[in-house]
Amino acid sequence: MATSDLVLENAQPQLSWRGRLAEKRLPWIPIAVLLVLLACAAFAHWLAPHDPTSLNVINSKLAPFESREHLLGTDVLGRDMLSRLIYGARTTVQISVTALALGAVIGTVIGLVSGYWGSWADAVLMRITDAALGFPTILLALVVVVIMNPGPPAIILAVLLTVWARFARMIRGDVLTVKGYDFVTLARITGVKAPIILWRHIFPNVANTLMVITSLMVGQIILLEAALSFLGLGLSPGAPAWGIMVAEGQEVILDVWWLSLFPGVAITVVVLAFNFFGDWLRDYLDPKLRRAR
Amino acid sequence: MWQFIGIRVLQGIFTLLVISLLVFLATRLTGDPALVLLPPEASSKADYERVRKQLGLDKSLPEQYIIFLRGAVKGDFGLSIRDRRPTRDLLLERLPATLQLALAGMALAVVIGVPLGILSAVKRDSIFDKGGKLFAVLGMAAPQFWVAIMLILLFGAILKLLPTYGREGPENFILPSFVLAWSIMAGIMRLGRSSMLEVLDSDYVRFARIKGLKDGMVVWKHALRNALIPILTFSGISLAGLLNGAIVVEQVFAWPGLGRLMLDGVLQRNFPVVQAAVMASAFFYILTALIVDILYVYADPRIRH
Repeated sequence: MATSDLVLENAQPQLSWRGRLAEKRLPWIPIAVLLVLLACAAFAHWLAPHDPTSLNVINSKLAPFESREHLLGTDVLGRDMLSRLIYGARTTVQISVTALALGAVIGTVIGLVSGYWGSWADAVLMRITDAALGFPTILLALVVVVIMNPGPPAIILAVLLTVWARFARMIRGDVLTVKGYDFVTLARITGVKAPIILWRHIFPNVANTLMVITSLMVGQIILLEAALSFLGLGLSPGAPAWGIMVAEGQEVILDVWWLSLFPGVAITVVVLAFNFFGDWLRDYLDPKLRRAR
Repeated sequence: MWQFIGIRVLQGIFTLLVISLLVFLATRLTGDPALVLLPPEASSKADYERVRKQLGLDKSLPEQYIIFLRGAVKGDFGLSIRDRRPTRDLLLERLPATLQLALAGMALAVVIGVPLGILSAVKRDSIFDKGGKLFAVLGMAAPQFWVAIMLILLFGAILKLLPTYGREGPENFILPSFVLAWSIMAGIMRLGRSSMLEVLDSDYVRFARIKGLKDGMVVWKHALRNALIPILTFSGISLAGLLNGAIVVEQVFAWPGLGRLMLDGVLQRNFPVVQAAVMASAFFYILTALIVDILYVYADPRIRH
């Protein structure tokens, strides 16, 4: 059976670009959702029909599709829901991308160092990683907020504190494998310095793992950020963030149900899209896992 | 075996110490606790010195930390700044509510998740499998606070079937524990399905089938036991998620538990209460993780060495 698999894999027929794209089974719907999210984040000031914070008490609590001016209705203070949702995408992207980028860099460096040097550095770093992995995120965030006061930096730090450990743990595992390959040993014998070995020889081989964890982490980060905003630990009240919008809607849920509904749907759809995309990327980049499925 | 438990206990104590240091320093870093206690207007230098002395702030930091630890062991973190009640009493008052909620959530997740996962594996690619997958995927993507609000809207306001706040009777548990359970359930179902598929493919299960045992017998008596091991580990890991969820769920359902105590403490900058609540949840978290680890070793003799 193994031989026939091999033959099939090697004899790849020549495909047109259309065929090659179909071969990859790209998850079109998640990709479309993510493109919309990014577009909203980047061009919020052009896309949003209104200012997300401007009050308009006369037009407050408009139902969705009730007025052409405000497609998704308005909230208690008359702010346009659609505009707030679009600006909320920007908030979400800003905070998640910052936390994710910092977490990926710190976690990768720690994972590389821990895996490559081993011995006591590895032991100490991995104990710290275990502690960070096991500790409830919101609890950690509460401690951070007590120290720093609520605000975007506090949210980013809180997310960062839990995110780096996932990266460190996975990257370390990969480094342990790559470290044993001949080209690494040869590089070491010829006197290449450790930082250069790590950067030129080991890092390119763990880059796939890095991409997969990154894409799988985004959804969790967005959920965490939304929960912290909802609890009032993040941005100032009134700021256009999806978590805050759900919280504002909760107070008047019996009266104007759409205030909480829409931002929640937005969060769910975006997280679903990232999760599906991450699953696809993992299967696509890691043939071992693809076969196991 | 005993050595393993010993190491785990030591690790747990070490983690607790690190957290206690973090919590201790957190309140010292945010400024002078004496200033937080004193009313900003009309407080003289003498008052300030008196409060400092009363709080033990005139001693050196290491000394303060030792005193803090000594109190922490007894659950005593001083008086709540708001109502001047001992934190110990507050903890004892709030703890049962959170423990009940967490247990109910975990039980619900297992009771629904395990059978659904097994059903998906046994009836692979059927409508059960697909429906179960959708349910699981949604549970992992929908934010808990929002699910909670939508359920309140549906069952509380529109259908008027279930109470939406407080914890008077058993019916109060249904909505909060479901919200808590849903996100963990997804993981339990996925794991239950994949490990069941793996076990069903193993030689001893095949042998049981060849022997002529009925399908139900094979699944429930032979396969289930081994398929449960990963689920046990996962339940341990998801404890962190459960605590995370408890803070959010308690907030939405006005559940008088530890999570709300903690959140209110943070928002009111009531440091003794925050310290007490964070340390108590850290302690319970580490304790349960330890118990799960030990159970795990019992369930799977392979890891004893």
